[in-house]
Amino acid sequence: MKVRAQIGKVLNLDKCIGCHTCSVTCKNVWTSREGMEYAWFNNVETKPGIGYPKDWENQSRWNGGWTLNGEKLQPKAGGKWRLWAKIFANPDLPSIDDYYEPFNFDYQRLHNAPDSKHQPIAKPFSALTGRPMDKIEWGPNWEEILGGEFEKRSKDYNFANVQKEMYGQFENTFMMYLPRLCEHCLNPTCVASCPSGAIYKREEDGIVLIDQDKCRGWRMCISGCPYKKIYYNWQAGKSEKCTFCYPRIEMGEPTVCSETCVGRIRYLGVILYDADRIKAAASTASEQDLYQQQMNVFLDPHDPEVIKAARYQGIPESWLEYAQNSPVYKMAMEWKVAFPLHPEYRTLPMVWYIPPLSPIQTAADAGLVGSDGMIPDVKSLRIPVKYLANMLTAGDERPVVHALERMLAMRQFKRSQTVDGEKNLAVLEQVGLDEETVEDMYRIMAIANYEDRFVIPTAHKELADDPHGERNGCGFSFGDGCNVASNGATTTDLFGGKRASRRKFPAPVRVEFKSGEANREKTP
Amino acid sequence: MMIYLNEFFFGVFPYIAGTVFLLGSLVRYDKSQYTWRTGSSQLLSNTPSFRIANYLFHIGIILLFFGHFFGLLTPPAVYHALGLSTSAKQIMAVVAGGFFGLVCLAGIVILVHRRTTDPRVRRTGSKMDMFILYLLFAQLLTGLFTITVSSQHLDGAVMLQITAWAQSLVTFQPDAADTILELHWAYKTHMFLGMIMFLIFPFTRLVHIWSVPYGYIGRAYQIVRRRASS
Repeated sequence: MKVRAQIGKVLNLDKCIGCHTCSVTCKNVWTSREGMEYAWFNNVETKPGIGYPKDWENQSRWNGGWTLNGEKLQPKAGGKWRLWAKIFANPDLPSIDDYYEPFNFDYQRLHNAPDSKHQPIAKPFSALTGRPMDKIEWGPNWEEILGGEFEKRSKDYNFANVQKEMYGQFENTFMMYLPRLCEHCLNPTCVASCPSGAIYKREEDGIVLIDQDKCRGWRMCISGCPYKKIYYNWQAGKSEKCTFCYPRIEMGEPTVCSETCVGRIRYLGVILYDADRIKAAASTASEQDLYQQQMNVFLDPHDPEVIKAARYQGIPESWLEYAQNSPVYKMAMEWKVAFPLHPEYRTLPMVWYIPPLSPIQTAADAGLVGSDGMIPDVKSLRIPVKYLANMLTAGDERPVVHALERMLAMRQFKRSQTVDGEKNLAVLEQVGLDEETVEDMYRIMAIANYEDRFVIPTAHKELADDPHGERNGCGFSFGDGCNVASNGATTTDLFGGKRASRRKFPAPVRVEFKSGEANREKTP
Repeated sequence: MMIYLNEFFFGVFPYIAGTVFLLGSLVRYDKSQYTWRTGSSQLLSNTPSFRIANYLFHIGIILLFFGHFFGLLTPPAVYHALGLSTSAKQIMAVVAGGFFGLVCLAGIVILVHRRTTDPRVRRTGSKMDMFILYLLFAQLLTGLFTITVSSQHLDGAVMLQITAWAQSLVTFQPDAADTILELHWAYKTHMFLGMIMFLIFPFTRLVHIWSVPYGYIGRAYQIVRRRASS
């Protein structure tokens, strides 16, 4: 047993309101730079839809994730020699149009347009070429709230084995939000496909990072990641990805996307896992067993054997304590309401999702569809269970049904307790919960106070780093010292470090006054 | 004057270029690794013709490099011992060089066209990217042109002069430049451009050549790093 700890994450899709605050705050902090305009470390997609980049879930197109070659686990794009042979031009690389051509609006036009019959408009200008764009074709959330024709959206990979035609009809249509970020996998394909060995997983907290000094821009990670959450910075020539806001996590603070989540859907907590079991779990023959196999990799933080082994391997005491109170562990392992995103990619992702409940179809309201005992039959929910199962459990409906029933039972119980004034314990029995557990579920999932959502131990950097080394440092730099072009201190760089350029729009600001005013307000 | 210029460009300049090449690479690797990358623009313009062209260009140029490396630096005694006459070696060099030169040419023509005309690639690339590509293009054309000169004399005598020059240079013999005083200008242009390439190498995206990821084949798939402890 090799015990390691990771800060895991759960997103409660049942409460996501699709406000994109997570995406915007993340963008403002991490990717509002030249070269990264098109990149969203966090984006929220409306499902069903093909997403961003287009069709990202379809690995027969992008060759991301892992596959079993006989019994041997290898990246779907090929083994090491195959990958090496693709180094001059990666055939699986998405092009910028699969994401979208980044643009800025020329707002100055609204100020300096001359008198005209029609209202002036702010035209989009490409952030790549600086030229005006006729039409914006795609974006990180192009299918927002069922935007576009069903014909196109229904290419969604999660419609596999679903009779999808009926969901194109207005009466049967359904939607849900899917916020996406790097999964910080236990078995990441990006790490496995990096020829330079620049990508690594941190032993202490499981965060997957790209060493910006070692990255050479071979681009294999971009296609290797089945979630398409590694982005090529065309300005720097390096790949970049979600950092899980590690500077914040190290201080015991939640990531920016979690901190600013309006719906309070994001949870962060410690998960202990056995690194020795990863390979066997990822090599499981049946895709539908991968969810269960990943749970077998996780360790019970209350088990004395696990605690002993963790202490022996130097995991700090505070981390063990936080692991025992981890909301992520509770939701994934104890209550079994959270699931990994696309376990069939065999990456063992560590950002898990609670499936959304959806309105009961009108037929059920009218009493035409049977309820399953005391809770309505989850088959009558508007979002097809098969669709959720294709997303979260490689198509196995049973765990998803189980989770949805538990969530419905929790609602039923709280309703009986607070409205009827009489606790309905039978409904809990039906889904195998007791009152104490359901109160805990209610506190964490429904009330979701800050301290219940984010249970993050600090990184104990004081034990690892010598702070004296930081004296007189220049803070953040790209490793090339304090006085270089890459941080804007000088204009020349012998070695071709490119300065981020300021965007230019064709028309300069021009303010004209009428003759009378010009005399009064003449600018020097 | 002629002798002086010959001495400078083919006796002294190679050492200047070589020194800048090695020291410059070392300094950049040490001080500015963030700028050490392939500089790929595949994301911005990812067409099948680009992908094929990039393969043709790279395969062509890698084989040309090794052809030059072994062709210039193998002492005559060694290939004679292997049963290869001087004339046969020249013909081999002309045929192999010509073939891979054409492979490389097919690729670079598409790459030059793309970098010059594709607005996304042109606007986001640097001046140095453009310069190095045109320099490679010119170098390839002069190299292919020397084949027409070579075909006038297939006895291998000129080739011996050039290899003697290269071998004198790398063994630090004082009169290296004298061996090629009378050489045809086509070869000299090609050689000069080659040395320019070494000279500017550390300041261009070419540094990615140093970073061929040999290590990948042997390493484990997963990499886990511990925080550095002092």
